[in-house]
Amino acid sequence: MSFERINEKLTILADAAKYDVSCASSGGKRANPNKGLGNTTAMGICHSYTEDGRCVSLLKILLTNHCIYDCAYCITRKSNDIKRAAFKIQEVVDLTMNFYRRNYIEGLFLSSGIFKNSDYTMERLISVAKKLRLEENFNGYIHLKSIPGASDELMRQAGLYADRLSVNIEIPTISGLKLLAPDKKHDDFIKPMKKVRNEIIQYKNERKIIKNTPRYAPAGQSTQMIIGATGETDRDIMYSATYYYKKYNMRRVYYSGYIPVLEDNRLPALETEVPILRENRLYQTDWLLRFYGFSVAELLNDSHKNLDLDIDPKLSWALRNLHLFPVDVNKADKRLLARIPGIGIQSVYKIIQARIYRNLDWTHLKAIGIALNRAQYFITCSSKDFYKKDLTPLSIKNKILKSSNTKYKKHFNQQLSLFS
Amino acid sequence: MNPQTIVLYDGSFDGFLCCVFEVYAKRITAPIIRKTHQSNNQLFTVTEQILTKENKAQRVWKALKNKTTKTEQNNIFKAFLSEIKGVENTLLNYICHVFNSDYSKKSIDFSNKDILKISQVAKMVGREKHRMEAFVRFQLTQDNIYISTVAPDFNVLPLIIHHFKDRYADQKWLIYDTKRKYGIYYNLNRVDIITFENTAAIDQQMVKNKCGDEEIDFQKLWSTYYKSVTIKSRKNDRLHRQHIPKRYWKYLTEKYTI
Repeated sequence: MSFERINEKLTILADAAKYDVSCASSGGKRANPNKGLGNTTAMGICHSYTEDGRCVSLLKILLTNHCIYDCAYCITRKSNDIKRAAFKIQEVVDLTMNFYRRNYIEGLFLSSGIFKNSDYTMERLISVAKKLRLEENFNGYIHLKSIPGASDELMRQAGLYADRLSVNIEIPTISGLKLLAPDKKHDDFIKPMKKVRNEIIQYKNERKIIKNTPRYAPAGQSTQMIIGATGETDRDIMYSATYYYKKYNMRRVYYSGYIPVLEDNRLPALETEVPILRENRLYQTDWLLRFYGFSVAELLNDSHKNLDLDIDPKLSWALRNLHLFPVDVNKADKRLLARIPGIGIQSVYKIIQARIYRNLDWTHLKAIGIALNRAQYFITCSSKDFYKKDLTPLSIKNKILKSSNTKYKKHFNQQLSLFS
Repeated sequence: MNPQTIVLYDGSFDGFLCCVFEVYAKRITAPIIRKTHQSNNQLFTVTEQILTKENKAQRVWKALKNKTTKTEQNNIFKAFLSEIKGVENTLLNYICHVFNSDYSKKSIDFSNKDILKISQVAKMVGREKHRMEAFVRFQLTQDNIYISTVAPDFNVLPLIIHHFKDRYADQKWLIYDTKRKYGIYYNLNRVDIITFENTAAIDQQMVKNKCGDEEIDFQKLWSTYYKSVTIKSRKNDRLHRQHIPKRYWKYLTEKYTI
C-alpha cells in the first residue's frame, strides 16, 4: 500500500467524517472465541481525545466524500468545491486491522457520501464489514451508517456484521429538512430505521427459541440531530428525541451543535459560535430522561420551551417545583432522591446502602460526594441545621450561581446582566 | 501501656494477608503494617517480621470470600495495588470490620470512613486500569512482538492481563512497567510476568528503534488521523487535558511528533 496516497485519503476522509459526533464503542458485547483479533466489551474504551475534548474510540472515516445530494448543512454536499477521494475496500480493512493491533482504536465507524444510489453505497459499506468479520476474523466494534433509502434486504445483511447501525436524522423538524435538504425525503431516513428496529425485535424473539440465531446489531441503533441550524426550540428537539427513543428503540440520540462550515442564506452566518453550552444542557436533559426517571413534559413544555442556560435542567425543574422539597435523605425513596439537584445516581446508591446502618448527617453526605452547594437547599438530614429561610426560586438560584464557579460563565454573563 | 507494633511483610498480596492472619493470631493491638523496605525503626516500637506462607494467606482470603461480595473482594485487591502509604492499615480496619459479626453482605456501609476510603481508592485504581487499557500503544518490532512501555500511577498490570489476553489473542505482545521494572508477556498461549537484567534504557523510544519502516508508516497514519478529526472551532484545551492528563502523553503516538 502506498503510504503517501493513503495518508492523503485519510486526511480528506477523516476530516469529512468528524462532524458525526457519535464515537461510542459501548453497548454491545462480542467475545473472541476462536483466538482471532479483538473483542467488544459493554463499557467501551476511549483510546484518545481530540483537542476539542471529544473521545476518539473508533477509526471514523467516510468510504468516499463523493455525493449526489446537496444538503445545505453538509460539508460534502455536491455543490461544495472541495477535494474528493475514495478508499478501496481493502484499504479500509488494512487500516482498521493495523490500527486495532496497536491498540489505537476499538473498531471502525464507516460512513459514506452517497454515490450512484443508496443501495450501491450501502453494499460497499457492508462488504467492508463482511470482509473484516469473515476473512480477518475481526471481533472488534463495527458501526455502519444506514444509508437513507437503502433496501430492507441490505439492512438485514448490515446488521449481521455490524454492532451498531445509525441514520442521522440531522434536522429535528420535517419543515427544517425540506428547507435544507430538498432532495431528501423524511421517509428515506425512516425506512432503514424501521427495518433495523423490526430485525432487532425479531432477533430477540427468535433467540428465545433457537439459541444460535445469528446476532443482529447487538449494540442497537442511534441517530444524530444538528442543533441550532433551523431555529427550533429545545422543546422541539427533546420531543423529537423522545419520539425516536420510544418508537425506534434508539440506544442513543446525539445532539450536535451546528458548526458553520458553508455560506448559505438558509443557515446561520459563518462566524456564528458553536452552541456548546446549549448542546451540553440538551445532553443533561437526555440523561435525566433516560436514567433519572423524568418525563420530557416535566422538563420542557408549553410554558417552558427552552432550557435555562445558566443552571442545569434538574435544578431548573426543582426550582419550578419547590413544593416537593425539602426531601429527607434518610427516608425518601430512590426515585425521589434521584430528583434532588446535586445528587447523582452514584450518590443515590451510596446513600441508600449507608442509611441502613445509621441516619446520615451533613458530614456523611459530604464524604459520599454529593454536591452540597446545590443539594443543601433541597434536603434535610440527621441534623437540626438546615436551610430554612428565604426559600424562593430566585433567591436560591442566585445563591447557587454566586457560590459556583462554572467554566461556562463567559457564555451567560451577558444574559444575567439583563435581569439584574 | 503496650508499645506500638510495626508489622513488616514482603510487599506481596499474600504477604499482606499473612499480616492479617498474625494480627489476629497474636492479638496485636493497633499495629502498623509496612513493607520491609519501608521500615524505619522508631523508639518505643516493637517490630514483627512476617513470613509469607501461602496456606495462611489462603485461610484469610477464604474467610473474606465467605463474608463479602465479588465486588468487595476486587476492591480489596485493587486498593492494595494502589501502593498508597498506609493503605494496608485502612484495609486491615476494613477487614476487621468485615469479620465483625454484624457485618452484612447485602449492603455496604458507606458512612464508615474506612469502607468509604477503600471504595474510593479502588475506584482510583480502577480508573488507572481503564486508562492503561486505553493508552497502551503497541509498536510492532522486527521480532514480530507488539511492545508497549507504561509507567502507571498504581501497580495495575495484574489487573489488565485478562483484557489484553482476550483481545489480542493472535499476536505476541509485551507491556512493560518502567516504574516497577517488570512486564507482562503473551506468547500466544499464556501470559508470563517477566523482568530484564538491564532495565535502564527501556522506553517507547528504545522500542521504536527496533521497528521496521512499516511500523513507522502506521504511526504516521495514526497521527494524521488524529490531527484530521479535531474540530478547530470547538477547541477546548482544558477538557482535553482533563481527559488525557499530560503525564500520559509520553505513551501516546499521536501526542509526540514523529
